[in-house]
Amino acid sequence: MRNAFLIARRELEAYFISPIAYVVTAAMLVVLGYFFSVILFVTRQASLRPLFGGSALIVLLFVLPLLTMRLLAEEQRSGTIELLVTAPVRDGEIILGKYLASLAFYLLMLVPTLYYPVVLEVFGRPDWGPILTTYLGIILLGGSLLGVGTLASALTSNQIVAAVLGVGMALLLWLIPSLAGFVSGPLADVLQYLGLSSHIADFAKGIIDTRHVVYHLSVIAASLFLATRILETRRWR
Amino acid sequence: MITVRGLTKYYGSLPAIQDVSFDVAAGEVLGFLGPNAAGKTTTMRILTGYMPPSAGKAVVAGYDVVEHSLEARRHIGYLPESVALYPEMSVRAYLEFMAALRGVGPARRRKQRVDEVMARCQVAHMADRPIGKLSRGYRQRVGLAQALVHDPEVLILDEPTVGLDPAQIIEVRDLIRELGRDHTIILSTHILSEVEHVCQRVMIIHEGRIVAEDTRDRLRARLKGGELLYVEVAGAPSEEITAGLLSLPHVQDVRPLGDNAYQVTCTLGSDIRAGLAQFVVQKGWQLLELRRERISLEEIFLQLTSDEPRPDQAPAGR
Repeated sequence: MRNAFLIARRELEAYFISPIAYVVTAAMLVVLGYFFSVILFVTRQASLRPLFGGSALIVLLFVLPLLTMRLLAEEQRSGTIELLVTAPVRDGEIILGKYLASLAFYLLMLVPTLYYPVVLEVFGRPDWGPILTTYLGIILLGGSLLGVGTLASALTSNQIVAAVLGVGMALLLWLIPSLAGFVSGPLADVLQYLGLSSHIADFAKGIIDTRHVVYHLSVIAASLFLATRILETRRWR
Repeated sequence: MITVRGLTKYYGSLPAIQDVSFDVAAGEVLGFLGPNAAGKTTTMRILTGYMPPSAGKAVVAGYDVVEHSLEARRHIGYLPESVALYPEMSVRAYLEFMAALRGVGPARRRKQRVDEVMARCQVAHMADRPIGKLSRGYRQRVGLAQALVHDPEVLILDEPTVGLDPAQIIEVRDLIRELGRDHTIILSTHILSEVEHVCQRVMIIHEGRIVAEDTRDRLRARLKGGELLYVEVAGAPSEEITAGLLSLPHVQDVRPLGDNAYQVTCTLGSDIRAGLAQFVVQKGWQLLELRRERISLEEIFLQLTSDEPRPDQAPAGR
């Protein structure tokens, strides 16, 4: 665990040097800020629900894989992975460290969005309960997307390929529930549950449903587990 | 300190190394000599835990590199061939990171240790430079520094002098020789003079197999099949001198080189110089020169690896 934190710290420092991280942050803030102000003008409601409960979140599907694409792909391309995996560190610790770094950076990216509720507080009387659960929701959603992105990065030594794979897998997960309309019965329920998009709206309503929390934690655990196995099998080539 | 038995590694169906076995005693410096793609890097990568062997086993510092990989890795310092380091990190930050990862602690001890290895590898004046801005020579030294930072018993150095200029090569060799006093070292190279300078024992690997292994001096002798003497004798026709020298005990072959010079091959381990000199004087000839010829490892190497390339011979990985 200590090793995972060491790796996470190094990786986080690398984020601050990388221009990609700033571009990604800027892109996310521009899109979210635009939606926030337009929605606010139109609805005149002191609520974050229209913003973080809906389609504006799709921006995360596109920007978060850009945050994770470098994590393992670049190490494998440049060869720095060789000294990392020959250090007395478990493969799981490497993956976890990398993931934690991206998660920490994502949390920092979210800090500027806190001015949305502040604006609402200044000009209206927002209900703080749903706002807090909304943040829990987007942290969990981001966590899942970063997990998927870490997995994508482990699969290749090309950052662009990792980004495209990450976006593809994220979109696939997001869109699964739209298939539910074509089938009926329990299968429809299963498809509905498997989709990323089914597990975000309730948070914006102020509901913390353990099913949603478990879903996101499962996505994260499964992604990181698979990424670890991929790193292990790379050694067996 | 290192025991390797029957190590074999296949990349797909291509064998990179086959049935490699050797031992390295504590404090020994072993040179791993072979042309490119002979299997040096593969062997080293297995020892360092970068990848597992297809068959066979390797034990480093008492730990099996597959079963107790983490423990084994703790006792190894590794300089990979590529020396890929994080370009955005400063030398100091990188070394502190590697030290922490290898369990050097607490923070004060780590700092002290990093300062020590930076001084030893002569990179202290570059401590705050980003690694990406360093020259190849400095990067190599930083690579060496990270291999040393946790003071491992075993050092595995893959082509440590590749890409350095002659002055830097000498520095690095001196450093390795110095490290050899209190470390067990395996170093690979395709440059012969390097092994001659640094290693006590040499292993020659070719097409994934060990073709020769011995101490530097014995290997030299063994491969030439005998001791060589260079003699210049005047005072008689060449045939007479040749026949005379051939009659001496231990002499296997005499080859006239022209200009009164002869190359005399004697049985291994014999030294007939005194007898030869006496014999020449007794005959009334003039002995102009007499010296032992040392065959360089370079010739050994050519002798060992200069077999004709076969058409079915595919590059056997690294």
